[in-house]
Amino acid sequence: MKLLVDIAITLLRAKLKQSIVAAVGVMFSIAMFVTLLGFMNGLNDLLDGLILNRTPHIRLYNEVQPSPLQPIDLATDTASRNFISSVKPKDELPRLRNAIAIMDVLEKDPRVLAISPKLVAQALFNVGTVELNGVVNGIDVNDEIQYYRYSDYLVKGEPYALASGNNTIVLGKGLADLMKADIGDLVQVTTAAGDRTMLRVVGMFQSGIADFDKVQCYANIKTVQKLLARPGSYYTDINLKLHDLTQAPAMAKELAARFGVDAVDIQTANAQFETGSDVRNIISYAVGIVLLIVAGFGIYNILNMMIYEKLDAIAILKATGFSGGDVRRIFLLLSVIIGIVGGATGLLAGFGMQSLIDRIPFVTAALPTITTFPVDYSIKYYVIAVTFALATTWVAGWFPARKASQVDPVEIIRGK
Amino acid sequence: MSTGNALDVLKVSKAFHDPVTVKVLKEVSLELKRGEFVSITGKSGCGKSTLLYILSTMDTDYEGELVIDGERTKGASHTRLAEIRNEKIGFVFQFHYLLTEFSVLHNVMLPGLKLARKSKAEVEHRAMELLRELEIGDQALKMANQISGGQKQRVAIARALINDPLIIMGDEPTGNLDKRNSEIVFGIFQRIASEHKRSLLVVTHDNDFAARTDRNIVMDDGRVVG
Repeated sequence: MKLLVDIAITLLRAKLKQSIVAAVGVMFSIAMFVTLLGFMNGLNDLLDGLILNRTPHIRLYNEVQPSPLQPIDLATDTASRNFISSVKPKDELPRLRNAIAIMDVLEKDPRVLAISPKLVAQALFNVGTVELNGVVNGIDVNDEIQYYRYSDYLVKGEPYALASGNNTIVLGKGLADLMKADIGDLVQVTTAAGDRTMLRVVGMFQSGIADFDKVQCYANIKTVQKLLARPGSYYTDINLKLHDLTQAPAMAKELAARFGVDAVDIQTANAQFETGSDVRNIISYAVGIVLLIVAGFGIYNILNMMIYEKLDAIAILKATGFSGGDVRRIFLLLSVIIGIVGGATGLLAGFGMQSLIDRIPFVTAALPTITTFPVDYSIKYYVIAVTFALATTWVAGWFPARKASQVDPVEIIRGK
Repeated sequence: MSTGNALDVLKVSKAFHDPVTVKVLKEVSLELKRGEFVSITGKSGCGKSTLLYILSTMDTDYEGELVIDGERTKGASHTRLAEIRNEKIGFVFQFHYLLTEFSVLHNVMLPGLKLARKSKAEVEHRAMELLRELEIGDQALKMANQISGGQKQRVAIARALINDPLIIMGDEPTGNLDKRNSEIVFGIFQRIASEHKRSLLVVTHDNDFAARTDRNIVMDDGRVVG
C-alpha cells in the first residue's frame, strides 16, 4: 500500500499544476461551505436569540377564562338539554394559585435548571395629561441576569440596580423615548385598580423588537407586588428553564395536568422561528453541497485527462505485475489525496473567512449588543464539510480509477 | 504436468473476430527450457507478437494450454496472473515504457517493491547492481526522460531483471536501436542466459540476431514452421 501511495504522490507531483487546480476547487467549495453555514447559522442564532434567549422553556400561568363546566352541566336529568349563551370568565385574579407550593415541588425536579417567578401587571404611565400603555414585569433580577441574558439587552444603567432599590423601574427604550425619561427621572405609574405610584428610572432596555420596547418595563417583583397591593406570594407566572430543551413540550403537558394550571412550552410558543431556521439551513446546505459536487466534477475531469496521458504508465505497471486493483487504488489515492489536501486547506480558508466576516461591522438600532456580523464557529460544519469533501472526491475518483484498472496493456503496447 | 520447462505451450489458437473472423494462431505448441535463449522470427502479421502477448499472460483470450514453471495459467484470476508476471516474467519491449515521473533507479525498483520479497534497501542495492552491470550506474539518479534511447532500453532490461525472473520476454527489443546499441543489448541477453541461467524468448525480425540465439523458431501464417 505504501508503494501505491508513493506512486500516487509522484504522479501528482509530476502534474503539480493540474493537481493544485483540482485541490483549489475542493478548497474553495469547502471554504464556502463552512463560511456559508457558519454565517447563516450565526444569523439564525442571533434572530432566534432575540426571542428565545428571553423566553422560558416552560411558562406556567393561569388563564382567566370561562369555566368549562357550568353548574347546570352537573344536573343528572338526562331528559332535557341546556343551552347557555354569553358565558363570562370566572371572577378570579390572574394569579397562580399555590405558586409557592408549586415552586417547592419543581425545586426537587431534576429536569429543571432554574425557576423564576414573575408578576406581570398592566399599568398606565402618566406623562402630563397623556397616558401611555405599559406592562410592568416583576422579575427576580438575579435569575433574569443568569438565565435570560437580561444584561445583554440593557442599553443604559446597571443590571443589578433593580435588585437593590425599591420603587425602581427599567423602561423599554421606545417607551423611555416617548416619555423623554432618562436615568434618575421619576415616572408616575397608575395600575388597573387606579393606584398611583412614583417609580425611579434606573435603566433602559432594548430587545430589538420595537413594539415590545414601547410597552414592556421591568421592576423588582416586590415592587410590583406593592404596586398592585398584593401579598408576597402573589405571582402570575412561573418561568422554567430546563436542562434539556427538547423535553419542554412533554413536560409542559405533565405540569399542566398535575398542578391544574396553564402551561406553554417554547416550541409551541415560537414555532415560526424553528421553521425559519430550518428553511435557511436547508438552503445553505443545498448551496454548499452543490459547490462540493461541482468540485467533484473538476476532479473527475482532471483524473480522466490524467489517465489518457498516463496510458503508457498504466500499461507498463500492469505488464510488470501491478494488478488492475493496484492501478485502481493508485488513481483512487490521487483523488483522495486531492480531497484531503483541498479539504484541509479549505477548512483553514473557511475559518479565515469566518473570522473576516466576524470582523465586519454590523450596527443596527434593533440589535443593541451586536457590533459585527454574527458567525457560528461550530465544529459541526467543519466535520460535515470534510466528510462531504472526502465522499465526493472518492466518488469522483472512483469512475476514472475503474476505467484505469480496465486498461488493456496489450492494446497500448502493441499500438506503438 | 511438471516438465521442468520454464514454459510449455500446448495447441494455442487465437482468432480476432472484428470485423471478420481471422485465425491468427493455429494450434501453436512449443517449449522453453530453463536457461535457453530462443528467438521467434517470421513475416509481419504471422502472429509472433500475438503469441508473445499470450505467453506473457497479458492476453487471456485464447484456446489451448499455457504452463509457466509448472503452473497452468488458463482460468487463473487476473490478480494471480499479475503476480506471475511480477515474479516470473521480465519484459523488454521495442519502446522502453519507462515512467518519466520517476528516476531511473526508481523505475528499476518498482517491480521489486511490488513483489515486496526484499526490503526497500535491498531492492535498491540490487537495482544499483544491475544498472552498474549494464554500465549505466552513473545515470541512476537522473529522471527517466533525461537519458538516451540506448540507455533507456538498458534501464528497461534492468527493470525486467530486478525480480530475477524465470523468463525474459522481448518484443523487438532492438527494433528502435542502432547497430552499436543492438550489439550491447544482444550481449546482455546472452550473458543473462549463460551466466544467470534465465530463459529468454525474443520476438525479432533481425535475422542476424536470431541466428546467434540458441534456437530460432520460425512462424508463418499462425503456425510454427521451423
